[in-house]
Amino acid sequence: MSESSELSDFRESASAWLSENFPASLAGKSVGMEGESVAALGDDLTAWRQRLAEQGWGAPTWPREYGGAGLSHPQVKVLNQEMEKVGAFNPIPMMAGMGVTMVGPTVLEYGTEDQKLKHLPGIASGEIRWCLGLSEPNAGSDLASLSTKAEDNGDQFVLNGQKVWTSGADISQWCGALVRTDSKAKKRDGISFVMLPMDQSGVETRPIKLIAGASPFCETYFNNAIAEKSDLLGKLNDGWSVVKRLLQHERQSQTGARGPSGAKPVPLQEMAKKYVGTNADGTLADVDLRVRLASHLMDSKAHGLTIGRITAEARGNVEVSAAASILKNSATHVAQTKSELTMEIMGAQGLGWEGAEFSSEELGSVREWLFGKAMSIYGGSFEVQNNIISKNILGLPETTQKG
Amino acid sequence: MAALTEEQSMLKDQASAWVVEQSPVASFREMRDSGVETAFIPTCWQSMVDMGWTGILVPEQYGGSDLGYLTFGVVLEQLGRQLAASPLFASALVGASAVLIAGSDEQKQSLLPKIVDGTEILTLAVDEGAHHAPADLALRAEASADGFVLNGTKTLVVEGMSATTLVVAARTANGITLFVVPADAPGITRQRLTMLDSRGYANVAFADVAIPASAVLGTVDQGAESLDAILDRARAGLAAEMLGTAAQAFDLTLDYLKTREQFGRVIGSFQALGHRAAGLFTSMELTRSCMEAALQAIDAKAENVPEMCALSKCKVGDFLHEMSNQLIQIHGGIGMTDEFDAGFYLKRARVAEHLFGNQAFHRERYATLLGF
Repeated sequence: MSESSELSDFRESASAWLSENFPASLAGKSVGMEGESVAALGDDLTAWRQRLAEQGWGAPTWPREYGGAGLSHPQVKVLNQEMEKVGAFNPIPMMAGMGVTMVGPTVLEYGTEDQKLKHLPGIASGEIRWCLGLSEPNAGSDLASLSTKAEDNGDQFVLNGQKVWTSGADISQWCGALVRTDSKAKKRDGISFVMLPMDQSGVETRPIKLIAGASPFCETYFNNAIAEKSDLLGKLNDGWSVVKRLLQHERQSQTGARGPSGAKPVPLQEMAKKYVGTNADGTLADVDLRVRLASHLMDSKAHGLTIGRITAEARGNVEVSAAASILKNSATHVAQTKSELTMEIMGAQGLGWEGAEFSSEELGSVREWLFGKAMSIYGGSFEVQNNIISKNILGLPETTQKG
Repeated sequence: MAALTEEQSMLKDQASAWVVEQSPVASFREMRDSGVETAFIPTCWQSMVDMGWTGILVPEQYGGSDLGYLTFGVVLEQLGRQLAASPLFASALVGASAVLIAGSDEQKQSLLPKIVDGTEILTLAVDEGAHHAPADLALRAEASADGFVLNGTKTLVVEGMSATTLVVAARTANGITLFVVPADAPGITRQRLTMLDSRGYANVAFADVAIPASAVLGTVDQGAESLDAILDRARAGLAAEMLGTAAQAFDLTLDYLKTREQFGRVIGSFQALGHRAAGLFTSMELTRSCMEAALQAIDAKAENVPEMCALSKCKVGDFLHEMSNQLIQIHGGIGMTDEFDAGFYLKRARVAEHLFGNQAFHRERYATLLGF
């Protein structure tokens, strides 16, 4: 299929802009969720972020007045392709925490004009990092049973309670929090979604050390924390519909449909040849591994093709959809299997915890394997996604969620 | 479904409506019970010809509509839903592919119009043993003064009893050669095979079958590559039919989950079954992407056609295998009765999984193609 002239014009101008503005020193690099690599990449990254933000390409589909570039989905695809070509990446979604992928799209949908103008540009430029206060110690998969209270105090809400698994809470400037505003209503009906600044005396964060070592997750305590009423997103006590939408955006961001990442990983089959060896005919020496590796690569291919198919069926009009649950579970399965296989392929070298006897790739793959166990838990567990599929897509009766 | 063109959508609707009205599973049951030797209903086959489905791959100059493999897949998927039996796949997809890939202009001119009008039924004769192993075939074609002499046996030839022309893969002095051989040539003996799925198959024995040099399809000793390409198309096409079969099995199961009551509520309200249905649906969506992508790769003449076809046949095979088992399991006792249709889907599943390479064959092939 040949590209429309409009799209090829865009491709040309994007390519020209990238060759002028993308710092060559950053080619093939990327930034992680933890934010530590941001510092390591230094001034070039700062400059690159600023230039991207000026173009509105941090959140390219958002309207210009809110810091985006108003690009269509086909244009974004072209932009991503051009970025891939030069090893460029968009650091803004990572630097904005939950801002670009989840908070922003939800504010676009539910926010007032004032809220959009106040919050979106900071997200789109990557200057304001957002975290989300959703889960609580006793409200995990059963999120609606949350108990953090927000009391009405004139122009403000006063928040008290504890959140957990707030990714990047210790380095975020703003938080979107789900709070109980009516304790008498049924559990899903007394919840509101408020936005509040993290830099205040009523907010305390404590990072959680995980099985993989350091982690981006925190416990967040609200002790008379203040949220302005003007920062209530959606209607009072209608926070459940806001968060359902927000979680759809979350699943969408966890489907593996990522933008250009810059770094190119070594194909698993090449890694396997190196660690396990080959027979005279070039096949992997371990026949059992060979079959399981083929199965995994097929699953991985099937996942990628499904993202492509769903995009094509939407004819460029990419909306978050029920399919996100399918893709989230599939992405999780593929990623976790890949980690298990990587570990197996590396043998004893894949079991090291630290030390010079192991390469950074080997040590990294162990941490990734451990951290990857979270994939089937966060963002709605594997089982919660299956509940959503059976109820919302297949129309089977609900059995597990009461109230 | 892929983003279909208007033409593809129309054909899908046409096929879907036709098969439900004219060739539902109930007709397949009647056909099985009657034991008709061709293992399809001639009037249904004639309707397919009349609707132009036999010409979907054939260029317009030979009387077809040249709509491509994805379009063919759209039709086959609908037929697979009702287990509609006919030579459409064997002749108009596999046979036509063989002629289009390897045939001379003369062979195209003589065979393609007859595939389209149904006067010829082509089929590929490739397997020789219990497993699909096209690289190891042993049927020999010895060069003679004015052609070749074929000796050997082909097994499980699809629509082997009703075929009028066989595309035979044979071993020649320095490689593989493809031949087009009239099914009634002297020296050929066909033995009907009664398979689990009640469809038409035959063992075909070749005893000193003399054929002229003009029967060579493609180039002598150079047929292996063409054979692979034909087989890839057969695999991708069969996968489309198989996914239709699996999708119908899924729909039947989902419907049962919503209507069957036990313990005072519909059984689909039990989380164990809801999650199983969710898992099956997830597999079906992932599988569909592979099936359609393989057909699209063929249409686009992509370089990765062999990988994509191995992927498609394997993933669809895996899903149909699991779905056909769950069709029985979730229906419980009724699923075990011959009166109910579930058994037809299970039986068809296993035979279709085997044809043109089962999942193990294609996982191996995928690994080899990816260089490990």
